[in-house]
Amino acid sequence: MSRSATASLAALGVNPASELTSTTTDHATGRVLPVRGELAGLLPWGGLRRGSTVSVGGSTSLLLALLAGATADGCWAAVVGLPQVGVLAAAELGVAVQRLALVPRPGSDPGPVIAALLDGIDLVAVACPLPPSLARRLTARARQRRSVLIAFGPWPSADVELTAESVSWNPLHDGAETLRRQEITVRSGGRGSAGRAKNVLLTFGAEEIELPLVAGDPDRSDEPADAGPGRADELAARRADSAVTRRAEAVERLVRLAQKGPSE
Amino acid sequence: MKDTRLLAVWCPDWPVIAACTATGTAPHVPVAVVDGNEIVSTSAVARAEGIRKAMRKRAAEAMCPELITFEHDPQRDARFFEPVAEAVEELAPGIEVVLPGLVAVPAQGPVGYFGSEEQAAERIVDHVATRTGTEAQVGMADSLFAATKAAHRNVIVPPDRTPEFLRPLGVHELDAPELVDLLRRLGLKTLGAFAEVPENAVASRFGGPATRQHRLARGLPERPLDKRRPAPELAVTETFDEPVERIDAAAFAAKILSERLHENLAARSLACTRLGIHARTENDEELHRVWRAAEPLTPRGIADRVRWQLDGWLTRERLTSGIRTLTLEPVEVVNGTALQLGLWGHDDERAVRALLHVQGLLGPDGVLTGVIDGGRGPQEQVRLVPWGDERTPARNPDHPWPGRLTRAPATLADDPAELKDEAGGEVGVTGRLELTAQPKKLTVKGRTREITAWAGPWPVDERWWAPDPHRAARIQVQTNDQAFLLIRRNKKWFLEGVYD
Repeated sequence: MSRSATASLAALGVNPASELTSTTTDHATGRVLPVRGELAGLLPWGGLRRGSTVSVGGSTSLLLALLAGATADGCWAAVVGLPQVGVLAAAELGVAVQRLALVPRPGSDPGPVIAALLDGIDLVAVACPLPPSLARRLTARARQRRSVLIAFGPWPSADVELTAESVSWNPLHDGAETLRRQEITVRSGGRGSAGRAKNVLLTFGAEEIELPLVAGDPDRSDEPADAGPGRADELAARRADSAVTRRAEAVERLVRLAQKGPSE
Repeated sequence: MKDTRLLAVWCPDWPVIAACTATGTAPHVPVAVVDGNEIVSTSAVARAEGIRKAMRKRAAEAMCPELITFEHDPQRDARFFEPVAEAVEELAPGIEVVLPGLVAVPAQGPVGYFGSEEQAAERIVDHVATRTGTEAQVGMADSLFAATKAAHRNVIVPPDRTPEFLRPLGVHELDAPELVDLLRRLGLKTLGAFAEVPENAVASRFGGPATRQHRLARGLPERPLDKRRPAPELAVTETFDEPVERIDAAAFAAKILSERLHENLAARSLACTRLGIHARTENDEELHRVWRAAEPLTPRGIADRVRWQLDGWLTRERLTSGIRTLTLEPVEVVNGTALQLGLWGHDDERAVRALLHVQGLLGPDGVLTGVIDGGRGPQEQVRLVPWGDERTPARNPDHPWPGRLTRAPATLADDPAELKDEAGGEVGVTGRLELTAQPKKLTVKGRTREITAWAGPWPVDERWWAPDPHRAARIQVQTNDQAFLLIRRNKKWFLEGVYD
């Protein structure tokens, strides 16, 4: 349980969020939540823009992979109405499961539950079918609360639609081999700037996969929304900082303090 | 400082005493209480044999073959503690149970009554011994933490000398193993050395939980004093049609009422740190007890304490009738976000509040979180616990688990499946872990798919020492456009997951 989520991402061949291509200052100011490197190209903002609604279809792995970058960066995620979700697969895809809340059965009236989650959770994935009017209200709620609503299944007013056209794995050879590498062909489309449809082939899982045992770094680099573009480098560097270095720093500082004594 | 002065009454080795009382075990045999494989409490006789806390059960038994061990049972501890709590209360009204084996009471009352602190301590120890036959120790100091440590040593710390008392104690006295480890590596070996680190440095570098421990090390109360009484409408009451007389009925009542109290608190973003439990029996006997917790109580924590208390009352012979009315009253509340601040930083307050809110709507089991555990299959490697409960793995995931799969399915399932070969015969797994035929067709829920390739089988051979071993095997199968995980148990196939 000692390896950080960042390290587990690296093991899967994913670059830290700081290496994302950032076209605007949005990444640095926290208006766009980071995603795994290979997903950045699918999203018009290179990440998940706060306040937006993204619909995902056809692959649970794709849904979980979308949560990985942001939770590893200290954000919180919730999955509503998906009792059969594989938490271990989520961990393997890089999700920091200690910040993943599951609401498997939101009850007969899921509206208040999802609304409450949007009030405080950065990423809320909703997998239960809802009447279109409620869906639109929740999209508005997400926009107002600056959370990201991820709809697993069709949604009436999604800003971006990601559809897994095919999900395939490395071929098995009757008895030998094992499933290691997953390839998902994703079509992305949507409204406005996201309107241009494109197809992207995602590959999850390099040759050598080790189980990413998720460890906690409760620290979270939550940037103030109004940080100027000048802070971009510093913030990116901070994000790339692994939990290990931070811990080491803390120890160093305390040693100095302890040696100095209570002079303050 | 006067109003924070506390008297703590502590019964040494309480889990052992409770187990011996429950079973009628004689005091001269070596006894230990174990939790899983680890010794958590020992009798004096066992200690004389060299048995220590945290020792492995097997090692202890090797060292002392006549050692009698009992499983740890918090409910038993609480049940037999109730008479002790009552005995203390007879001399010192307003007691608060911290844990079975430890009660705290503001020192002012008994000290004023008996004339001096020494007198009060002596009288309480005598009274507990004559009423219950239990040996107790008393400590007094200016904070609960210090009073507890004083009781462990049977000393009375003079007023305003609490920091001096704590200074030479080792940092291991703090109940925070990770922090203790870190402090030791930093060379801060005593509470005094830790206390001298400026508070803002502790807060900025170690976060919320360390700040609390830092307050304890300095002899301050766990939380800054808050004189506000919680609003009376937060309390919840239940009147039972059938008076509660049996433990199982009491446990159920405890759970329901605890959830209602938690909802009440969560709706106002509060959490409870002192819980008042009142009961009235059919014959109008009034029972009342306050439980005090160092940490804000989770819904589970509230339910546990209510269940323990009811058990304690119901097993007493003095009670002439069943419980008719039960009331839970939050005696002291803190901002609900503090419930999790121990685990998360301040930036996570918003998320914590939202999840508490949803638990208020759906009940504590409505919001779950996964803990990655040791094991082989995708289901057994994840334990789902109500959000807010402890996240400790039951089995070490770092141990080697032969037969563990390289990838886990994103969607879990548990559906009967049929696996057929070309000719339509069922495919099985031999004792030598080989498939009996090439699988060609997979049928799940009435839908049949053509298999293009497969991998495995991998053994699932658990509890092989048991007479009826849980023996099973897993395979992965691929169709044109999908991949599945299957498991064979009791000569039947089941779909365990979809790699979608």
